[in-house]
Amino acid sequence: MSDSIYIPEPSKSFPSMSVTGDQGLLQWISTVDHKMIGIMYLLVALLFMLIGGVEALLMRIQLAVPLNHFLGPETYNQFFTMHGTTMIFLVAMPAVFGFAVYFTPLMIGANEMAFPRLNAFSLWMTLLGGMLLYFSFLAGGAPDAGWFNYAPLNEKNYSINSGIDYYCMGLLLAGIGSVTTSVNLIVTILHYRVKGMALNKLPLFVWMVFVNSFLLLAAFPALNAALSMLLLDRQFGAHFFNTTSGGSALLWQHLFWIFGHPEVYIVILPPFGILSEVFPVFSRKPIFGYSFVAASSVAIALLAFGVWAHHMFAVGMGNTVDAFFSASSMLIGIPTGVKVFNWIATMYGGKIKFTVSMMFAIAFLIEFTIGGLSGIAFAIVPIDWQLTDTYFVVAHLHYVFIGGTIFGILSGLFYWFPKMTGKFLSEKMGKWFFWLFVIGFNGTFLVQHILGLIGMPRRVYTYPNLPWYGALNMISTIGAFIMGGSILLLGYMIIKSLKNGKKAGNDPWDGFSLEWITTSPPSLKNFDEVPVVHGRRPLWDLKNPGNPDK
Amino acid sequence: MNKTMMKLVVGTEGMFFICLILSFVYMAFTAGFEPHQLQALDIKKTGIFTVVLIASSLTFWMGDRNYKKGNIQNLKIWLVVTILLGVIFLVGQGREYWRLINDHVTLGSSVFGTSFYTLTGFHGFHVFVGLIILCIILALAFLGDFNKGSSKIISTVGIYWHFVDAVWLVVFTVVYVLPHFTKI
Repeated sequence: MSDSIYIPEPSKSFPSMSVTGDQGLLQWISTVDHKMIGIMYLLVALLFMLIGGVEALLMRIQLAVPLNHFLGPETYNQFFTMHGTTMIFLVAMPAVFGFAVYFTPLMIGANEMAFPRLNAFSLWMTLLGGMLLYFSFLAGGAPDAGWFNYAPLNEKNYSINSGIDYYCMGLLLAGIGSVTTSVNLIVTILHYRVKGMALNKLPLFVWMVFVNSFLLLAAFPALNAALSMLLLDRQFGAHFFNTTSGGSALLWQHLFWIFGHPEVYIVILPPFGILSEVFPVFSRKPIFGYSFVAASSVAIALLAFGVWAHHMFAVGMGNTVDAFFSASSMLIGIPTGVKVFNWIATMYGGKIKFTVSMMFAIAFLIEFTIGGLSGIAFAIVPIDWQLTDTYFVVAHLHYVFIGGTIFGILSGLFYWFPKMTGKFLSEKMGKWFFWLFVIGFNGTFLVQHILGLIGMPRRVYTYPNLPWYGALNMISTIGAFIMGGSILLLGYMIIKSLKNGKKAGNDPWDGFSLEWITTSPPSLKNFDEVPVVHGRRPLWDLKNPGNPDK
Repeated sequence: MNKTMMKLVVGTEGMFFICLILSFVYMAFTAGFEPHQLQALDIKKTGIFTVVLIASSLTFWMGDRNYKKGNIQNLKIWLVVTILLGVIFLVGQGREYWRLINDHVTLGSSVFGTSFYTLTGFHGFHVFVGLIILCIILALAFLGDFNKGSSKIISTVGIYWHFVDAVWLVVFTVVYVLPHFTKI
């Protein structure tokens, strides 16, 4: 290859490093390699997904029949709080970061992140935060005020045990990890791109990670400030959120949702990026409207900071404020809709290959749109007043988090697993997994829309035997167990594939981006040399020298 | 690369302080807040210490300029002056705290105490961290780390130190100056 450049190992970042053969566990613990760290992020996400999933199943057992006494109210409160906190901070975010730190350097033709040791620091901080959060079970009880932890319920006089202190400390540590990763990713993308890869030629996954990191840097300080203030309240007798001594419960809501709503986009933008890689490759076409997909992410990131109070319509902020946030919330539906149409247009006229990865991507379009539509419904203030804190909210947020984030992550897992391990996940079992997961997921949450509409409140440990309540809850519980079973199948598939899966070559999907030119799995040094990039699909250009992208 | 990193860190820290400052303003308008305590703050003495902190930005800038000219001796001198000015600022803040605590204004005594100590305390903590970093740089300078080559460390740390000073200007304006011109 005459038209390629030598990529040196960033030796300054690896002081006195030498790897001689396999050093086992020590190598994993002490590593600063972005690929090992990426895999460990994914393992952290998997571990906590099993824990958070068991919590969800125990809750569903409790709710299966009316007037059940399987879990007491105190335990139930702890479980729904821990389930929500775990799934967002210790599953969705580590999973997103896992793919981001594994594939960002590979897709931009770099050998490492900009700050490899900072990268390791971020991972271990996240894990430490998670462990601290779970230590609360041993230290007198887990936090039990819900994942958004409203004041004044989060104050010492209402939550006397130390669970919420662990919530604050755990999330602060995990938050520091997230912020440092974002800094690392932005610097990597700005300084480590291969020659020719201008910002408007970035692979869309990297582009979303880039925008997302800025979003995270702007949003997390609000959470960290709120958590610090709450810790001062609880440990040193300050009065920020303590209504009995002049504090303001509303301030917590504002600070939390100024973080919390952008957070929703923080866990959805990278999966958007994954889909923007998967759709073109399995439709055998370039992405439709690259600039629209890229620019709409920036629009989402900016608008994300103007919608937080739509979580607070029930507070009574007045019609003007309500109207503003109602309008802005509907507005943010537009850039998201733009993306959905771009993906559909990418498939249109393409030679679609129905791999498991592509099936999850297509299912995403349907499930996420359902979640998006119920979200738009919530932007209408009277509907929000009627349905807030009912199971309709639970249904909505799970369609966004599972139908959006998790479907995107699973699509990415099936797409990139051959690159990360050198082995395929079984496509045949993958299709079983796909259908079980889709049926289980919709079985669990579709009926919860109806439960919410007929008035069942969320976060109550049991319910009376009203018409339909028992039947719909039973359907939901059965669905949850199907979904749980499908996750076990996924675990089995991963282990089986690692042991004796079908070998994947360097480029099993005939891909378009740079990660596919190196070996599967990539060696410690990702690339020796990388071709100069001229277009948005560098690998297509390389394989079709007569017909390159314009 | 290091400078990009520090600019991002400063950006996210800036958001953190915006949240704290807005919380302070928010608390100042709640019913339990005692505005007379805000107006009783010692604006003159704190004003002097503010000038000291701003001066430390200037002295740091002088040090950086000398370093770029290759004058390591002057770099060391300006770093020492910068650290001294930073310490004087913290002593001034401690003095103010001491006076307030003797007046029984503490973190837990009132909504005013809560918001005042949190905002100024978090800023003071950032000055303190900055001083630690400056001491490390000074030690490195004496060990001869900056004698040759062009290190980016000094200008990177500079971004942080100037940021901490700029934040104080906003905090001083919001906490000390504006209450004198508004009726809460």
